[in-house]
Amino acid sequence: MEARYFFEDFVPGGVFPLAPKQVTAEEIIEFAQEFDPQPMHLDEAAGKASILGGLSASGWHTASMFMRMMFDGWLSQSSSEGSPGVDAMEWRKPVLAGDTLSGRSTVLESRALRSRPGIGIVKFLHEVENQRGDVVMRGENPIMIRMRAAPEAAE
Amino acid sequence: MKLIELSPPGKKVITGTLTFTSEDIIRFARKFDPQPFHVDAEAARNYVFGDLCASGWHTCAGWMKVFMSYWMTEYARLKQEGVEPPKLGPSAGFRKLQWLKPVYVGDTITYSTTLLESRPLASRPGTWINTTLNDGVNQHGEAVMRYEGTVLEFE
Repeated sequence: MEARYFFEDFVPGGVFPLAPKQVTAEEIIEFAQEFDPQPMHLDEAAGKASILGGLSASGWHTASMFMRMMFDGWLSQSSSEGSPGVDAMEWRKPVLAGDTLSGRSTVLESRALRSRPGIGIVKFLHEVENQRGDVVMRGENPIMIRMRAAPEAAE
Repeated sequence: MKLIELSPPGKKVITGTLTFTSEDIIRFARKFDPQPFHVDAEAARNYVFGDLCASGWHTCAGWMKVFMSYWMTEYARLKQEGVEPPKLGPSAGFRKLQWLKPVYVGDTITYSTTLLESRPLASRPGTWINTTLNDGVNQHGEAVMRYEGTVLEFE
């Protein structure tokens, strides 16, 4: 896909919506079986008995779903070159089967990368909410984004 | 038994290894992070990472998968010895996650965890929050992933 958003389009304060995502019990269990087989991620009754209060997604599953929401929301239309990490991520509330997630990425700051000409690094605040408006996940992370190719020298 | 009694602060515990196949990398990325460099080896050559590599979230989920396998064995061992294993609960998030090197097809990552500190939660009597330093190192001895995780522990 031809990128629509380049480094220059990510200015502090800019808001990019995440695509909404409905969370199913099947997906929660499938992820947990492969990566995080704790009872509250595998079984409704065990989830209810835990402090999470129901069948709930692994935090890594929530992070992975957020990644897809970001991809579908705006990242796939950008010239992203991947990310060196995540400064901090909070799993603030359980993500339960049946929840509908939505959210946004907000640009905090951006700078050109001296080590990689033509690429800049943009730091985002990402917030994911459930259908009740509770923030379930919050994270700050830098993403490498290619700059718009300089127009051919108009000599 | 508390986690801090089982694993004193600063002691690194190797939890196990995971090999990242092309099939696993692409299967995870198609679901959660379908950026070209995670799903298409040919397209990956045009990006900073230079070749097909695992989503950073896959590398993290791999840490969790290997930890859970280690923990279930450890849990059973303690029970067998008549020791009550630490009651670990969910995590509230993490900090300082670094994806230090890409995880490429065929890489085998050795994961570890080191307890940094354990402190009681003022807001929830009988609950502790443990902070751990979690690492992944590839077969060349290069660190690929590191973060500070948290995990709740109950009395």
